[in-house]
Amino acid sequence: MKGWKSFLRFTPLMAILLLLAGCGEQRLTALDPMGPQSQWIFDNMMLSLYVMAIVIIVVFVLFFIVVVRFRHKEGDDEYPEQVHGSTKLEVAWTVIPLFLLAILAVPTITGQFYLADTGVDAEETDVAEDESEEVDEEDIDEEAYVIETTGHQFWWEFDYPEGFTVGNEVYVPAGERITFQLEAEDVIHSFWVPALAGKVDNIPGVSNYLWLEADEPGVYQGKCAELCGPSHALMDFKLIALEPDDYEAWVEEMQQEEEEPEETLAQDGRELFEQEGCIGCHATEGAGSAQGPTLTNFGDRETVAGFLEANDENLRDWIRDPGALKQGANMPAYPGLEDEELDAIIAYLNSLEKLDEETKEELDR
Amino acid sequence: MVSEATNTRQKSVLWDWLTTVDHKKIAILYLIAGTLFFLKAGAMAVMMRVQLIAPEMEFISGQTFNEFITMHGTIMLFLAVTPILFAFMNFVVPLQIGARDVAFPFVNALGFWLFFFGGVLLSLSWFFGGAPDAGWTSYVPLASREFGGIGIDFYVLGLQVSGLGTLVSGINFIVTIINMRAPGMTMMRIPLFCWTTLVTSILIVFAFTPLAAGLALLMLDRIFDGQFFIPGEGGNVVIWQHIFWIFGHPEVYILVLPAFGMISEVIPAFSKKRLFGYTAMVFATLIIGFLGFMVWVHHMFTVGIGPIANSVFAIATMVIGVPTGIKIFNWLFTMWGGKLTFNTAMLFAASFVPTFVLGGVTGVMLAMAPVDHLYHDTYFVVAHFHYIIVGGIVLGIFAALFYWYPKMFGHKLNETLGKIMFWLFYIGFHLTFFVQHILGLIGMPRRVYTYLEEQGMDTMNFISSIGAFIMAAAVVILIINIIYSALKAERITVDDPWDARTLEWATHTPVPEYNFAQTPQVRSLDPLFYEKIHGNGKMKPAEPMDEIHMPNGSFIPFMMSLGLFIVGFGFISFHLDLFISPYIWIAVGGIITFGSMAMRSIKDDHGYHIPKETVEEMEKELS
Repeated sequence: MKGWKSFLRFTPLMAILLLLAGCGEQRLTALDPMGPQSQWIFDNMMLSLYVMAIVIIVVFVLFFIVVVRFRHKEGDDEYPEQVHGSTKLEVAWTVIPLFLLAILAVPTITGQFYLADTGVDAEETDVAEDESEEVDEEDIDEEAYVIETTGHQFWWEFDYPEGFTVGNEVYVPAGERITFQLEAEDVIHSFWVPALAGKVDNIPGVSNYLWLEADEPGVYQGKCAELCGPSHALMDFKLIALEPDDYEAWVEEMQQEEEEPEETLAQDGRELFEQEGCIGCHATEGAGSAQGPTLTNFGDRETVAGFLEANDENLRDWIRDPGALKQGANMPAYPGLEDEELDAIIAYLNSLEKLDEETKEELDR
Repeated sequence: MVSEATNTRQKSVLWDWLTTVDHKKIAILYLIAGTLFFLKAGAMAVMMRVQLIAPEMEFISGQTFNEFITMHGTIMLFLAVTPILFAFMNFVVPLQIGARDVAFPFVNALGFWLFFFGGVLLSLSWFFGGAPDAGWTSYVPLASREFGGIGIDFYVLGLQVSGLGTLVSGINFIVTIINMRAPGMTMMRIPLFCWTTLVTSILIVFAFTPLAAGLALLMLDRIFDGQFFIPGEGGNVVIWQHIFWIFGHPEVYILVLPAFGMISEVIPAFSKKRLFGYTAMVFATLIIGFLGFMVWVHHMFTVGIGPIANSVFAIATMVIGVPTGIKIFNWLFTMWGGKLTFNTAMLFAASFVPTFVLGGVTGVMLAMAPVDHLYHDTYFVVAHFHYIIVGGIVLGIFAALFYWYPKMFGHKLNETLGKIMFWLFYIGFHLTFFVQHILGLIGMPRRVYTYLEEQGMDTMNFISSIGAFIMAAAVVILIINIIYSALKAERITVDDPWDARTLEWATHTPVPEYNFAQTPQVRSLDPLFYEKIHGNGKMKPAEPMDEIHMPNGSFIPFMMSLGLFIVGFGFISFHLDLFISPYIWIAVGGIITFGSMAMRSIKDDHGYHIPKETVEEMEKELS
C-alpha cells in the first residue's frame, strides 16, 4: 500500500504531460496557440510549469521518503530525537525559491508591457474624451486599427472604423495586429479568444484595449469570461480571420447600402421585418444600434444568437421565443407570427450575405 | 454531548445552550452550525456538477445555477469554513494557552449569534424571490438594483450582520492570546495554532472593516438610490472590485492560516517530534499575514489597471510563495526522522502537504500577470482555489476534527470509517479538481451553467462530476461516522489519548467548565511533552487550589443579534411587498438591539464563584 499510495501522487504530473500533448478544440483551446500573443502566453506558461515542476519534484520526493522511511514500528515506544530546526536549511529554502521566482519575475514584467502595447495610449484618450468629446487623433498610433467592441447581455457589438457594425461575428485580416477597444453597455463582460490572446474586461464607463493577431485565416471561437447574467455561458462569439485581400473586399461590401432582395419570398420577408418592428433594433446596413446586433451579413453567420447552429429550424425557434433558448435575452418573443411569415423573414435574413463563395469555401463553411 | 454534569446550576438544556458563554460550548455551536451550512453548500456543489456532467444539460437553469454558485461560494467561505475554524479556535486556543476562557466570554457568544442570524438572513432569500445571483464577489453593475435580483439585498445585509460577528470574535481572540496566557507561556512558547489564530484575528480586524464599508456602500446604492457604483451617474464599478478584494484576498489567508496551524499541531503529535523550525514558522506566518494585504490587485489583472501596477502586484504575489514554501519544508522536516503513526487525522494532515503544494504552484503561475490573462476567470482559477480551499483548508479541518474530537466530545471517531472517508475524499478531490486546470486552458470560462458540444470539454467535465460525487460520498461517510461513534465508540477517560504535546491534553476529558483547576506553570514549548520528559507527566500548578471565578450565562447576545437580524430584514423589505412596513421592522429590531445593549450596561453581572470544595470534588471524580 505504501508504494502504491505515493505513486498515486505522481499521476497528476504524468497526466499533465499526456493531456497537454493534445486536447481541446482547435481554434478554441489556448494549448494550441494560433497567434503571437497566445504563443507568448503559452511559452511562458510552460516556463512557469517547468520551474514549478522543480518545486513539485523536490517536495514529492521528500514526502515519498518520509512516508516510507519514518513510520512508527510496533513496540518502538521511545521518542525520536527532538530536533529544534536548522538555520542552514531555513536559509536554503528561503533563498532558492527566491531565485526561482526571479526567473519568472522577468517575463512577468516584460510581458505586461508586451500585452499593453496596443498602439493606443489609453490614459491619453480617456482624458481627451472627457475634455472635447472627441478622441485626439495624435494619441492613436496611425498603425493601430481599432475595432470598438461593446459587450451586451448577451451579445457582442463590433463597430468598425469604416463606420459599419457587425454583431457576434467579428472579421479581421489575418497576419495583422488588430486593436480592440473594449467597452460594455450594461454589466461587465470579458473579451476572450483563447487561441489568439489573453482576455481583457469590458467594463461600463471604462475603455480598455487589447491587441491580437491571427497567424492564419480561420474561424476562432470567442467567449465572454466574466459572469454577466443567466446566459453568460451562451455569450459566445466568433472571430473570423480573412486573407488581407478578402478582408478588404469584405469591408468594401459591408459599406454598401442594402440592396432589394431578388427572391419574392425574401422581399415579403423584408416587408415583414419592417412591419413587425425588427428593424427598430436590428440594422441591416451601416452602423447598428445598442438595442440588438446588426444583421447586415446575417446570411454569412455560422450561428444564430452566438451559440445555435445557423439553420432555419433554430432561427425559427429563436424568433418564436428567444428567452426559452437564452434566458434573460432582451429580444421579445414573437409567438403570433404565422409559419409562412416566419419562412419569409428567414428567407430574407438568409439573403443578407456579404462574403463571396470563394472566401466561404476557404473558411470551410 | 459536552459534560452537562459539570454544570453547577440547574438549567434546561435548551436554555443552557442559548445563553452559554463557555468557550467550549460556543465552539460546539459553531461546529454544528458551520457543518449544517457546509452540507447545504456542498449539496449545491453536487447539483452544479450534475448540471455540468454532460454538455447542454437542462437539470437547472442558468438563473438557478448563478444562484447556486453565489450561495455555494458565499456560504462556504463566510458561513461554513469560517465558523468551523472558529469552532476549533474557540475550543482549543484557551486550553492551549492555559486560560479558563476567552478574554470576553460575552462577546464570544455575541459573535456566534451574530454569525448565526446573519447566515439565517442570507438563507431566507430562497423564500423571497430567489438567492443572490451575482457570484460571491457580487461585482457591480451585475449586483446593482438595475441588473441584480432581490437576493443581493439578502447578501448585503446577511453578510453585514454575520461579518460583525466575525469582527468581534477576531478582536476577542487577539485579546485572549495576548492577555490570557498562563504563567511561563511566553509568546514564543504558544503553539503554532495559537499564532495562526492570532495573525488570522488581526487580519480579520483589518479585512472585515473594508468589507463592512463596501457592503454599506452597496446597500446605499441598492436600497437608498445611491450612486457609488453606477457609471452613468458618476460612480465607478472598478472601485467595488478594489474594496471587495482588499477584504477578499486577506480572507483567503484568514481561512488558510488556521488550517496551517492545525497541520502544525497534528503533524508533530503523530510524528512524536517537536515542530521543526518553530521560529521560522512563526515569522513565516507573520509575513504571510502582512503580504496578504499587498496583493489584492492580482484578482483584477484583466480590468485594465495598467502594466506598472500589475507588475508590482504580480511580484508581491510571487513573494508570498517564499514564506509558504518555508512552511511546507518545515512540515516535511518535522516528519523527517519522526515515528509516524498514520491514523485518520495524520492521513489528512500529511496528505495536506503535497496537495497544498499543487495549489501553491498554480498560485505562483497565476501571479505571472501577463499569463494570468489566459487563466483569469477560467476553470484554471476554479481548480487553483479549490486546491487551496479543499486541498488545504478542508483537509486541515478534517485532520483537526479527528485529532481534537476526543477532547471535544469524549470519544474518538471510528478509525476504519475515517480511513475509508479519507481515501474517498482524497481521490474524489483530485478527480474533481485536477482536470479543471486543463478545462480552463482549453477555453472553459468559470461560472458557466453549461457548455456546448464539440468543444472538447465533455470527458473532463464528466470525470470532474464523478469526482464530486465521490467526495459527497466521503462526507456522507463522515456523518455516518459521527452518529455511529456517538452511539458505539468507547468513552475516553484519559486526559491525553494521543500521547500529544500541548496543554489542551493536560486537561481532563471531558473538560470541566473551568478548564484548569489550577492554572499550569509552563516551562517550555510543548509544555505537556516537556513534563513527560523532565517531570512526572503532569503540569505543575502555578497557583494554589482556590475557588474559581466564572462568568454568568446571558441571553443578551442572542437578543442583540436577533434585533440586528430584524433590522436587516427591515432594510431588505423596502423592496419586498410585505404587509408590515419596513420602518416597523427596523424600529422593532432597533429597540430589541439597543434595549439589550442598555440592559447589558445597566445590569451588574459579576459572575459567580465555584467553591474550592466543589472544584476538589470534581477533580477527584474526573481523575
